Amino acid sequence: MTSHAYAATPERVVKEDSLFRKFGQWCRHDKRGATSLVVLLLIIAIAVFAPWVAPYSPTEQDYSKILLEPSMAHWLGTDDLGRDVLSRLIHGASKSVYAAFLAVGVALLIGVPVGLLAGFLGGWVDAGISRVIDTLLSFPAIVLAVAVTGAMGIGLTNAMVSVGIVFSPHLARLIRARTLVVREELYVDAARCFGAPVSRILIRHVTPNAIQPVIVQCTLLLAVALLAEASLSFLGLGVQPPDPSWGQMLARAYMNMEIAPEQMYAPGLAIMVTALTFNTLGESLRVALDPTMKGL
Amino acid sequence: MSRNKQLMLLNRLVQAIPIMILATFLVFSLLQLVPGDIAITIAGENASEERIEQIREQYGLNQPFLVQYGNWLLNAVQGDFGESLLSGEPVLDTIARVFPNTLFIVVYGVLLSVIVGVPLGILASSRPNSRLDGTIMGVSSLGVAVPNFWLGMVLVSVFALGWNWFPATGFTAPSESLSSAIWFATLPAIALCTNGVAEVTRQLRSSLVEIHGSQYVRTLHAKGLSPAVILWKHGLKNVSVNLLTVISLLFNKALAATVVVETVFAIPGMGNTIVKAVLESDFPVVQGAVLAMVVTVILVNLLTDLLYTVLDPRIKQV
Repeated sequence: MTSHAYAATPERVVKEDSLFRKFGQWCRHDKRGATSLVVLLLIIAIAVFAPWVAPYSPTEQDYSKILLEPSMAHWLGTDDLGRDVLSRLIHGASKSVYAAFLAVGVALLIGVPVGLLAGFLGGWVDAGISRVIDTLLSFPAIVLAVAVTGAMGIGLTNAMVSVGIVFSPHLARLIRARTLVVREELYVDAARCFGAPVSRILIRHVTPNAIQPVIVQCTLLLAVALLAEASLSFLGLGVQPPDPSWGQMLARAYMNMEIAPEQMYAPGLAIMVTALTFNTLGESLRVALDPTMKGL
Repeated sequence: MSRNKQLMLLNRLVQAIPIMILATFLVFSLLQLVPGDIAITIAGENASEERIEQIREQYGLNQPFLVQYGNWLLNAVQGDFGESLLSGEPVLDTIARVFPNTLFIVVYGVLLSVIVGVPLGILASSRPNSRLDGTIMGVSSLGVAVPNFWLGMVLVSVFALGWNWFPATGFTAPSESLSSAIWFATLPAIALCTNGVAEVTRQLRSSLVEIHGSQYVRTLHAKGLSPAVILWKHGLKNVSVNLLTVISLLFNKALAATVVVETVFAIPGMGNTIVKAVLESDFPVVQGAVLAMVVTVILVNLLTDLLYTVLDPRIKQV
């Protein structure tokens, strides 16, 4: 808006840093955050292009090549059914990353509207929703996810929808607290004076101003979701064999722990590095988005 | 206990009641998520129509949902969670048998988190932004990112199968032999505690850094008190409330993590029981066990609130 007003007299334009420039400054300032962003994009790229990146099929068994040591042909060796570990790891990345985003997506879809309504409407709606949130937060997270998955039926999608349901109260509580502050702002009053309906006020005015802590929390939740996928698949509730996911590979490695303990290292490290990347990025985002955190 | 505190405790107890009731409702509602007719699921795919009808009758499945819930709650309050569909063992007996095992490794794990995390947090806060601080914080971010069941597998493969220091799997009840129980529970507790160590370290570090920068600590320095005295008598006293919050959250997380960790170590605990029951569609066991865990968490939260008032006399009303 303002740039348009100045457009007629270009020599007076006060250069507002472009988003791109700000991003560049952030990269220079926060090297750890920038590195984690690059690593994360790399992991996502591998996950998306898994069929082209992986040297072999992730499910093709070859009984003449069981539990091979790492070699030029099989960089990470082969598993107990003669499948290439690297290829399974790469294909597993797409399942695991998809699972993490699915869970957080479900949590957003449930948590954000519920939290917005509770915070904005107040009164008995808020009291009721807040009680439910408190109760759900008393459930040990994975236990609830396991029980919900068990009830809905075993499988990756059901498992991650359960995890999303379990996460949603965290987001709802966060956005409710922000909404309580934002709804008192003048621009919300102004919108109301113009006769904007509640839905429009919520979507156009409250959400953009209350969403910031949620973005940070979502990045951190991606790490938790990744660990949850691994746990649920390990327990046999998530990805079903022969499809690979990192948790599923660990379940297989667990069965063969005594004869081939080295099978557990690649998927475990993959989970740890990815979770670490999400966490580091989340912490960086928190600092970048919250001016009061600067210097800490 | 002063009258004020008694009132507060009573108030807090009353607040916990609606949460408990809601929790029972949510746990019971889990059944509604089961796709298709639950009576057929219980009876098996090839059961006759009569058998299915009989099961409907037996479990009250032909009644409206709220009536079913009411009956279930009424029984549950009296300690009757029904019987396992497979073994026929009363669910309460199963819980009474396995819950102490889970509590043992959870408490052990949380204790380890505190024993390791507190010194690390103090060390890191003593020289903020130093190389030592960086290393400790780096390790603690690994502690958050490591999947604890995977760590359990690595521990088993190195310390149990490789070096034979600890037993690979299994469990001894602490009531039988405490030393043996500790020996068996050490690896699981280590696997459980990494997340906790990281959280305790971070929380303690940030609270202590804040306190070290505060006015009253500067005054204490000016008075000539040694840094050790300041830390023990003033610093830790003031962060103990924050630490308590972290510990009660850790308890919740560790309880959740037992679901996978107990499976890795083949520990006959709650987590293991829930997973088995879920895989076998043994609904009464799932409901009873999940509810027992939730109630435990609610009670721990209550206890935490109570301890706040002991640790921090300024808190009058929670």
